Amino acid sequence: MPEGVKVINRLKNLSGISDLIYSLIAIIIALLIGAVLIFVSGYNVIDAYYNLFYGAFGNIYNLSQTLLKTTPLIFTGLAVAIGFKTGLFNIGGEGQLYWGALATAIVALTFSNLNSFILIPLSLLAGALVGGIWGAIPGYLRAKTGAHEVITTIMLNYIGILATTFLLKNYFKEPGPVDQTALIPEAARLTELIPYTRLTWAIFLGVFVIIIIDLLFKKTSLGYDLQAVGENPAAAEYAGIRPEKMIVFSMIISGAVAGLAGSTMVMGVLHRFITNFSPGYGFTGIAVAVLGRNKPWGVLLAALLFGALEAGGMSMQLFAKIPMDLMTIVQGLVILFVAAPALIQILSEVFKKSRGGGYSE
Amino acid sequence: MNDVISTIFNINTLAAAIRMATPIALAAMGGAFSERSGIINIGLEGMILIGAFAGVLGSFYTGSPWFGVFLAMVAGGLLGAIFALFTIKFKADHVVAGVGLNILTLGFTTWLMQILWGSRGTSPNVNGLKEISIPVLKDIPVIGKLLGTQSPLVYLMFILVFSGWVLLFKTPLGLRIRITGEHPEAADTLGINIKGIQYFSVILSGILSGLGGVYLSLGHLNWFSMNMSAGRGYMALAANIFGQWNPLGGLAASFLFSFTDAIQMRLQSLNIGIASELIQMLPYLLTIVVLAGAVVRSRPPEALGKHYETGK
Repeated sequence: MPEGVKVINRLKNLSGISDLIYSLIAIIIALLIGAVLIFVSGYNVIDAYYNLFYGAFGNIYNLSQTLLKTTPLIFTGLAVAIGFKTGLFNIGGEGQLYWGALATAIVALTFSNLNSFILIPLSLLAGALVGGIWGAIPGYLRAKTGAHEVITTIMLNYIGILATTFLLKNYFKEPGPVDQTALIPEAARLTELIPYTRLTWAIFLGVFVIIIIDLLFKKTSLGYDLQAVGENPAAAEYAGIRPEKMIVFSMIISGAVAGLAGSTMVMGVLHRFITNFSPGYGFTGIAVAVLGRNKPWGVLLAALLFGALEAGGMSMQLFAKIPMDLMTIVQGLVILFVAAPALIQILSEVFKKSRGGGYSE
Repeated sequence: MNDVISTIFNINTLAAAIRMATPIALAAMGGAFSERSGIINIGLEGMILIGAFAGVLGSFYTGSPWFGVFLAMVAGGLLGAIFALFTIKFKADHVVAGVGLNILTLGFTTWLMQILWGSRGTSPNVNGLKEISIPVLKDIPVIGKLLGTQSPLVYLMFILVFSGWVLLFKTPLGLRIRITGEHPEAADTLGINIKGIQYFSVILSGILSGLGGVYLSLGHLNWFSMNMSAGRGYMALAANIFGQWNPLGGLAASFLFSFTDAIQMRLQSLNIGIASELIQMLPYLLTIVVLAGAVVRSRPPEALGKHYETGK
């Protein structure tokens, strides 16, 4: 059999492995490398991973903390996945969520005399709208000038964070040493599901947005057009779809969803806008989307996993004194492994050989 | 107003811009090699960061900043090798793998900093590189002020960028690198070892970025801080595109970025009534403007970002 055919067959076998198993293997390798790092640094691996697991799922409170950390990741992960569907890599979630958060806080404070039924949707809408506008910029630049969105979105992250800080400090700051707005009115706050956990129904909003985006891609012609551009821009154009338009649309939707991450943080957790509040939800969203294989429901599962790593990581740091940055390492490794289809193939062949005595063909 | 202009646009700002261009120009040249061979290298950011960290690590344990420089090149090269392995052998999407690598490096350097020195913020102070004066050069007016007394890495950068240009455009190896990224099928037919060329180019890009990184930590400072690269890898990538995948062009573009950055820093210190947040935006805005304006006439290597399998 010629070498080329072999490679094609290999890739065919590969797509036969279900996405879920594939992602699981990537997580397991990442956690194993994490274990090696913990061991080499002189910590107890079992102690570390026990605290990680217990901190994420051990009791109702810990579970609620996992879900709390999951919520923004659903939005930022979904935002990255939406871009991917159109062949775009939106690394700008961080900037988009800062704009969403600031817009939400301003609207909630400006219209504080409205009742919840109007104020909550209005505040959410503001976050999505402004996040969408910030997302539209790199989309437009990509469509019109070809400027690669990976670089422009990263630059727009810096600019977005600086710009929201500037606006806050000069126009919306509450008197005092901390750069933050006043607290938003009760009417704009999301109610807690379990008292004292800060876990609100924002997580259901996340699931709702997942359903909407899933329907968008599966059932609507816009969703079809967006994906067609992602799969083959030239063919899409031949079929009468305007790739430029779809690129801008995709980035608007993506930015709007990332903006909602900021909105729900302000309305459910912080109850105000504070500078530098995000510990990098926009970037973790990249790992979430890659691990979820850019499928909306995959994003939900991946967000749960990273939410658990985040919550568990905090208790690991607290009780086993192991730096939480290990979770960032795991995220990076997961992205690398999921991005590398041939690696899993090679591993599974090695595995087969070691079991089957060399009969791998 | 005249005061402001004379404080900003003077020879010291230019000298600062030359200093600050050094890490970006080195990484941009790394990007040029990698992309000329067909591999998109978003991982430059992580390679700069690991270089900055390894440099401090080396200087911390041996007391010698030059050992730090050596370690930075080794670490950058290693990261380049890992990136090459994933993109070439494991067929990872270049952009996704690059972003993964950057996140991994950020986590890894911060983790190590906390394990070794108990702080996520900054490392302890170590021995940095001393500036050197070039005898005759330093006495020439203007040029002496700009280039007479600089960090040795600044001089090294000029030498390397020029050598890199020679290597890429005037030698058989450079021709092979360019053919590999332009037309791998043709390169294959000519008997060029495509994967070998790509491994070489990506590892070289890691070494150069690592060297750029160590300039950040030991060049005119003497410590490492969390996420020290702060987007310079992405700026380098933009500079590489603006510079037409040519080390000399990349140097010119890097100088443009760093000049803006130098002006930005001066404006901040002047306290002229413009909010510091707005001033700090300048280099990032410039990167976007340059990228959006430049692509009209740049053409990336034909096979950039594609996976090529011999005989397919």
